[in-house]
Amino acid sequence: MNIILEFEKPIVELEGKLKELKHLVNSGDSKARIESSKLEKKIDTTLKEIYKKLTPWEKVLVARHPGRPHFLDYINGFIEDYIPLSGDRSFGEDTALIGGIGLFRGFSVVLIGNEKGHDTKTRLERNFGMAHPEGYRKASRLMNLANKFNLPVLTFVDTAGAYPGVEAEQRGQAEAIARCIESCINLKTPLISSIVGEGGSGGAMALAAGNKVIMLEHSIYSVISPEGCASILWRNSERSKDAAEALKLTSKDMLELNVVDKVVREPVGGAHRKPSEVINDLATVIEEQLIELNFAENKSYSDDRKEKFLAIGRITNQ
Amino acid sequence: MNWLTNFVKPKIRAIVGKKDVPENLWSKCNGCGEMLFHRDLKDNLGVCNQCNQHHKISPVERFDSLFDNSEYELIETPKVISDPLKFRDTKKYTDRLKENRSKTGSTESIILAHGKVNKIKTVIASQNFSFMGGSLGMGTGESIINAANYCVKNNCVLIIIAAAGGARMQEGILSLMQLPRTIIAIDSLKQKKIPYISILTDPTTGGVTASYAMLGDISIAEPGALIGFAGPRVIENTIREKLPENFQQSEKLLQNGMLDMVIDRRELKETLGKIIKLITINNKNFDHT
Ligand SMILES: [Zn+2]
Repeated sequence: MNIILEFEKPIVELEGKLKELKHLVNSGDSKARIESSKLEKKIDTTLKEIYKKLTPWEKVLVARHPGRPHFLDYINGFIEDYIPLSGDRSFGEDTALIGGIGLFRGFSVVLIGNEKGHDTKTRLERNFGMAHPEGYRKASRLMNLANKFNLPVLTFVDTAGAYPGVEAEQRGQAEAIARCIESCINLKTPLISSIVGEGGSGGAMALAAGNKVIMLEHSIYSVISPEGCASILWRNSERSKDAAEALKLTSKDMLELNVVDKVVREPVGGAHRKPSEVINDLATVIEEQLIELNFAENKSYSDDRKEKFLAIGRITNQ
Repeated sequence: MNWLTNFVKPKIRAIVGKKDVPENLWSKCNGCGEMLFHRDLKDNLGVCNQCNQHHKISPVERFDSLFDNSEYELIETPKVISDPLKFRDTKKYTDRLKENRSKTGSTESIILAHGKVNKIKTVIASQNFSFMGGSLGMGTGESIINAANYCVKNNCVLIIIAAAGGARMQEGILSLMQLPRTIIAIDSLKQKKIPYISILTDPTTGGVTASYAMLGDISIAEPGALIGFAGPRVIENTIREKLPENFQQSEKLLQNGMLDMVIDRRELKETLGKIIKLITINNKNFDHT
């Protein structure tokens, strides 16, 4: 989807000019050649400037950008022999939260992630990445599978949150999320969670209780959406920018609060400008973390995970 | 024995002092609008005699009505980092905390106590909706962890009485972290097969239902309680349709298979007593004499 964010507009203008110049370059205009290389540099520095001072709210917009790589892009990017697995064995199949097994850099792994879709049709099919209880129950089921067959689990978080709907409530959305977090906590194999876009509330937390939690630079992670927070605390949904600021939801904040272990830098201009670069960089970091977790030798992944989460936010020298 | 003189620390006495409306006052029932004599309502555990409406009651009233002979001791709520985000909306979070602390007389949205229920050692953690809507913050989470640790160490049954809108936004991501943290706490009870009974009261929503409140070995709700993940307003704004009537009420959740029972507050102590006895009978960690 070709969406242009407000603060990207100066870039898009310059890129338009560059395109015109390239035409002239192709027709042999030597002056245009010099101009175009100048312009390329300018685009690069402008982009750097803009992205250096992105506000938290602008990061929210980047994190939600439809052109950002999604779960299936990562699967296609670095998973071999991906076999999708479906259904929660109790009600249905959720297309917003999907998973399966596959080969990641030599490791046989279980994969679980939110899939938002990439265009209007797929976004509707995927319910915009907002899962129902059956999605979380399927995730729990896949983690049981990982336990049984001793497979590490990789999760990919990218959701505005669990779907707030009547049927989701009737089928026990809250219970499904709670059980899913419980499954993460009790998983006996390594769990590496990557927050690749939006990490929205309990619906994101359900997949994010990993031994290692990785976050892409312009992803966000928050207890509530800035819009929701603004409408409750400011009683004015127009104050989302202030809420985004106050909530401290950027990757930099998460590192400072010890909520994530590792931040993966994005290309200048965000993941949606160079998806394949981000996909490769994330794979490299996941592989490093998996090796660091020393799979098969260290067997206390569940205890380690519990310790890790109990330590978050705690006063240490009391 | 009188718990006020024997057990309760000065801070708690302050709650009771403040909440004790002169006994000759009347208050209007939230359910039927009937004027109720305050003392009658209190004697009836906050339940309207006319329409059965269950009004919100304080943790102290809960302890008083559930522990044997109203005898119990408080367990201190652990200290946590205050205002980790330096959060400010229309007001500073630190000011909100101050206000809620002086309003309720307690430091957090939850109070812990231990005593006996049907002669079996029990810890009750009771959320206070009057304290920032009962919201689950770092202090609340740490208290639940503390309660679970106490139960494991001292072989007590754990009862959590939930009442909260959800996670505490003013603590941002650190409040969301209380979901896994409290689930870890509940999970730690398994090592000694310690029962955890969850009591869901009006309202229990958001991060609280998505963690410990829905994970009870036994789940009990009060009549007419709003229980859900998303609040009705959020759902209405998302689907832009009128919602089915009372579909998030405890009675509906019972029909949908999400709860073990919905029971009248006035019968809660007796039912809890029976349950606790029945499920601990073969557990040598509990003394049944
Ligand atoms: Zn009434």
